[in-house]
Amino acid sequence: MPFLWFRTWHLGVKSLLLHPLRSLLTVLGIFIGVASVVWLLAIGEGISRKAQQQIEELGATNIIIRSIKPPEESIENVGSSHSIVPYGVTRADFERLAATIPTIDRALPIREVRYRFGYLGRNIEGRLVGCTPEYADVNKLEVDRGRFLTDTDDREKWNHCALASEVAERLFPYEDPIGKAVRIERAFYLVVGVMKERTPSAGIGGSLAAQEFNDDVYIPIHTLWSRIGDIIVTRRTGSFEGEMIELSQVTLRVDKTENVLRTAALVKETLKPHHRKQDYAVVVPLELLEQARTTRLMFIVFMGLIAAISLVVGGIGIMNIMLATVTERTREIGIRRALGAKRGDIIRQFLVETIALSVMGGLTGILGGLTCRPLIAALRNLLLRAAPDVFDQLPQVIKEVTPLIVPWSVPLAFSISVTIGVIFGLYPAIRAAMMDPIEALRHE
Amino acid sequence: MSSAASVFEVTKQYVMDGETVHALRGVTLEIPDGDYVAVMGPSGSGKSTLLNLLGCLDRPTSGRLVLGDEELSDAGDDRLAEIRASRIGFVFQSYNLIPQLTVLENIEVPLYYQGRIDRPRRQRSLEMAELVGLGDRLKHRPAQLSGGQQQRVAIARSLVNDPYFILADEPTGNLDSVTTEEILQLIGDLNEQGKTIIVVTHEPEVGQRAKRIIRLRDGSICSDSRNEYSHPSPESRPLSPRP
Ligand SMILES: Nc1ncnc2c1ncn2[C@@H]1O[C@H](COP(=O)(O)OP(=O)(O)OP(=O)(O)O)[C@@H](O)[C@H]1O
Ligand SMILES: [Mg+2]
Repeated sequence: MPFLWFRTWHLGVKSLLLHPLRSLLTVLGIFIGVASVVWLLAIGEGISRKAQQQIEELGATNIIIRSIKPPEESIENVGSSHSIVPYGVTRADFERLAATIPTIDRALPIREVRYRFGYLGRNIEGRLVGCTPEYADVNKLEVDRGRFLTDTDDREKWNHCALASEVAERLFPYEDPIGKAVRIERAFYLVVGVMKERTPSAGIGGSLAAQEFNDDVYIPIHTLWSRIGDIIVTRRTGSFEGEMIELSQVTLRVDKTENVLRTAALVKETLKPHHRKQDYAVVVPLELLEQARTTRLMFIVFMGLIAAISLVVGGIGIMNIMLATVTERTREIGIRRALGAKRGDIIRQFLVETIALSVMGGLTGILGGLTCRPLIAALRNLLLRAAPDVFDQLPQVIKEVTPLIVPWSVPLAFSISVTIGVIFGLYPAIRAAMMDPIEALRHE
Repeated sequence: MSSAASVFEVTKQYVMDGETVHALRGVTLEIPDGDYVAVMGPSGSGKSTLLNLLGCLDRPTSGRLVLGDEELSDAGDDRLAEIRASRIGFVFQSYNLIPQLTVLENIEVPLYYQGRIDRPRRQRSLEMAELVGLGDRLKHRPAQLSGGQQQRVAIARSLVNDPYFILADEPTGNLDSVTTEEILQLIGDLNEQGKTIIVVTHEPEVGQRAKRIIRLRDGSICSDSRNEYSHPSPESRPLSPRP
């Protein structure tokens, strides 16, 4: 009565179908366990895929230094309206970093300001970005028409600018912007190029916000420094607010990935003595990978616990049912033993039933697991509509994650279910096999 | 004449709550091929115990057991199971069919434990069903059959593996007199065709049909006699040839 015979399985399934509801309920526990195994792996994969995407976007070999406004400083400012205290990364920092750390391949100075741009009667607000020519490359901006800024633009401090797609569309709805002059502050800038549309980058939270890119105007950084300067005054509901920043951001590129973390430590050490306040932040995209790993691990541990519990409960359910079945079928066991069944045959007969039960749970569980993506999306939607405040409180990961089914989770889930069937079915099966056939035949 | 089964000085003891029950106290017996034996005796005299030993369901406490030409006193559990599957036919008082199986499937059970059910084996099962007159009930479940019909299925099942002998423990105990007559007729016919039969019974009418009556008392044989009144059935049905 070997395992692979159709008849052995046929017999097992037939006796399970004698109690369809009972079998179904037994299957349920395994279903939940197996489905959560598939889910947890898919969600874990989603988290790490997302982190990888972010890192790719920010550049795995990059170190980003952002200027941030120290909180105490702004409070002081309210009192003395005319003393504008400078903060953030300075040109001196930039020079120092580029000169002293040999593992830095390339250093990119960036200055960003919210500004108004004008052409003829049209005025729009956007982000003015002072940068060097490498900016386009680092941020994966592509030229649509004309060209991006060049080294000569920067060296000569020319009033040249490149427009992001949306700016070009809104300022020049009917004209070709190239060769026209855009007004920024009181000066005019010659448009040398228009960029293609770019999908906005996601923020990582903290100091690195999401970047829109599509309402940008790019000018050479040296032009910005000499024409606009470091102090920017913005008018805000009656009062003026001044800011003095030399650089909004410095993007450093490290020569090799393995040098990134060491270089980041060096960068922090280099900056520290020159800043009394914490008015800058160092973002290392590679560190995000570590973070993602921890989040993912947490998730896997958490869901793994749920899966393990439901699998054990499911297994106990199977065992319980099988013990009842064995008692119920004592007479049948006696008959089969009298007619020539060996102990092994009886073990196999009952084991086949538990395996059939758990495989059924396994297969439906895999199906349930595969629906994880639409189901999570639906759940998220439901929560967003039913309880938006609760939704807001959820961690970023849960709000954003898109589960990705890991292909090997399917065979894994399947083998888990078979293993559960064998482990929890073995005891009842052995109990059945060890019964004395004469006693079993006398059983009513 | 070779013997289907023989036992020498067989004893069987059960220990219950520290007290030893002597179910068999040294039984020696030889059953030649083609014999028709009725085992009789008062309740508790050890009839079923003897039958279980002959049927390899149990092992004697001491003594020897030989079936065909194989010494089985020290055979292992799996070997005994193999012998049961291939060489012994059981008929029980309460039929003991498996309720979720059909008539045909029930008949095939011993073959199932001998190996795969192939075409000749399936053919044999069909012939046995035919032989006991249930060729048209193959797909029925035991619950859909009368007691007599169920016992016929059990007899077909006991024959299907071409056993050394058929062991029947009170085969007519649950049947009315008419059906009893039918079943006894069938068993008698089988013996006519050469099958060795061992029947345990309380009922003198059943014992009357056997060729030999062994009486047990308190675990020992108290008489073993040829039965002069044995009258084989006048008409005999054809049996399929042994494969
Ligand atoms: N498993 C057992 N444990 C203990 N004692 C047993 C066991 N099986 C049988 N006996 C005892 O052995 C003796 C013989 O029993 P057995 O079943 O062979 O009697 P029997 O002749 O078949 O009786 P009956 O006609 O009532 O069926 C009895 O005294 C019985 O109590
Ligand atoms: Mg008895």
